[in-house]
Amino acid sequence: MSERICEHVVLDVEPAGKKVSISVDGKEIEAYEGEPILSALLAAGIRINRYTVKRREPRGLFCGIGQCSDCSMIVDGKANVRTCITPVRDGMVILTQDGLGSGKEAAS
Amino acid sequence: MSIRKADVLVIGAGPAGLSASIEAARLGADVIIVDLNMKPGGQLFKQIHKFFGSSAHHSGSRGIDIGRMLLDEAKDAGVTIWLKSTVIGIFPGKKVSIEREMDDGTSELVTLLPEEIVIATGASENVIRFKNWTTPGVMGAGAAQTMINVNHVRPGKRVVMLGSGNVGLIVSYQLMQAGCDVAALVEAAPKVGGYAVHAAKIRRAGVPILLRHTITEAVIGEDGTVSGAVIAEVDEHFKPIPGTEETIDCDVITLAAGLKPTMDLIKLAGCELTFDGVFGGYIPLHDENMETSVRGVFVAGDSTGVEEANTALDEGRIAGISAAVSLGLISGSDADERRDAIWERLDSLRMGPFGERRKKEKDHLIGLFHEEVKDQRAFA
Repeated sequence: MSERICEHVVLDVEPAGKKVSISVDGKEIEAYEGEPILSALLAAGIRINRYTVKRREPRGLFCGIGQCSDCSMIVDGKANVRTCITPVRDGMVILTQDGLGSGKEAAS
Repeated sequence: MSIRKADVLVIGAGPAGLSASIEAARLGADVIIVDLNMKPGGQLFKQIHKFFGSSAHHSGSRGIDIGRMLLDEAKDAGVTIWLKSTVIGIFPGKKVSIEREMDDGTSELVTLLPEEIVIATGASENVIRFKNWTTPGVMGAGAAQTMINVNHVRPGKRVVMLGSGNVGLIVSYQLMQAGCDVAALVEAAPKVGGYAVHAAKIRRAGVPILLRHTITEAVIGEDGTVSGAVIAEVDEHFKPIPGTEETIDCDVITLAAGLKPTMDLIKLAGCELTFDGVFGGYIPLHDENMETSVRGVFVAGDSTGVEEANTALDEGRIAGISAAVSLGLISGSDADERRDAIWERLDSLRMGPFGERRKKEKDHLIGLFHEEVKDQRAFA
């Protein structure tokens, strides 16, 4: 199930970057280099990025421009990365974030 | 950590920031723009519709084309743009801390020492709260617009839009252009908020506009994300009328409830603020040169009051010219001639049923600045 837009009346929607693969919670998904991580996740039907600290409620895309941090995930061992403004690189390892992250991710 | 000097630091690479840097750089300033996004242009690149207004203001052009033009001009003028870079502190003496992401994904802490600062941080979307409004699938209309028009990915299949201002109307249409189904547009007021021409366009496309209605709840599906919207009729006090609830199947709820100026850095710089309902919230007081209560700190665009891309462009130009005056790159009288011409254009933009109110308010605010702030300007 992909939500990518393949044709558009006004826009050229041909992906600019090359097709790569990223891992999300251990599953490989397709992505385009340079697009925001969040776009690749949405295209793969993934809409939950993190769970809140106190109540463990799911959060996902809300502002899309790096202001609200609801789409934060653990990216290559770094927690609290805003996936809407962080570009995809080949082979990235992404994890759904639980709470704030342990602070030890960077060492792993 | 590194330390660097610049004549002008512009914060925000949207229409206001870009035009400010183009003006200042053309007058000979060494200009750095810092923006946290992956690409410059602010929200221009998601505006794929044609603008209204006069030809002096690019009417008939799409925001996306204006964005490309500005980027070319900035490049020609020699402006340096740091992307994926976030201002994390503004300290006395105009010391600015920036977390700058490098090409390899690592980040560096830079202390920038600019002579002048232009803050053009734009605005952020307001939210409307109802039961389960934080569920994934509920998002700003602008967020959905960014996904479809910039990232070319649909946030879902079937959308309920809340709010019938121009953003709600235009984004509804653009969601359909992107292949989404818009199930309904819900508006609490008894009439459509935006231009009739936009409303007609989405009605023709078969989208019901439900006036005197609101969303009371987002329905959560099995996967933990939105699977529907409960709507209800509202009374004359905008309170939902019990018994009128109805559920619409959808996987996305978009909120188009207006914008508020993004004040964080303006506050951090110590600028004096005022609350202004017309312009969407707290805004910095500034003079006709776009200089704030702090000398050498200028503002432009939506962060001085929510308006539109065209007004942001012109305010940015004024701020850029004024920064160049402070640097001694242009005489005050030459600058005044240019700024007067821009103010005339701005006045012509702030006309009509929507604009008139903003012009009066802007004039009032500049008057307020002269009465209350001018003589007590602080030095950063």
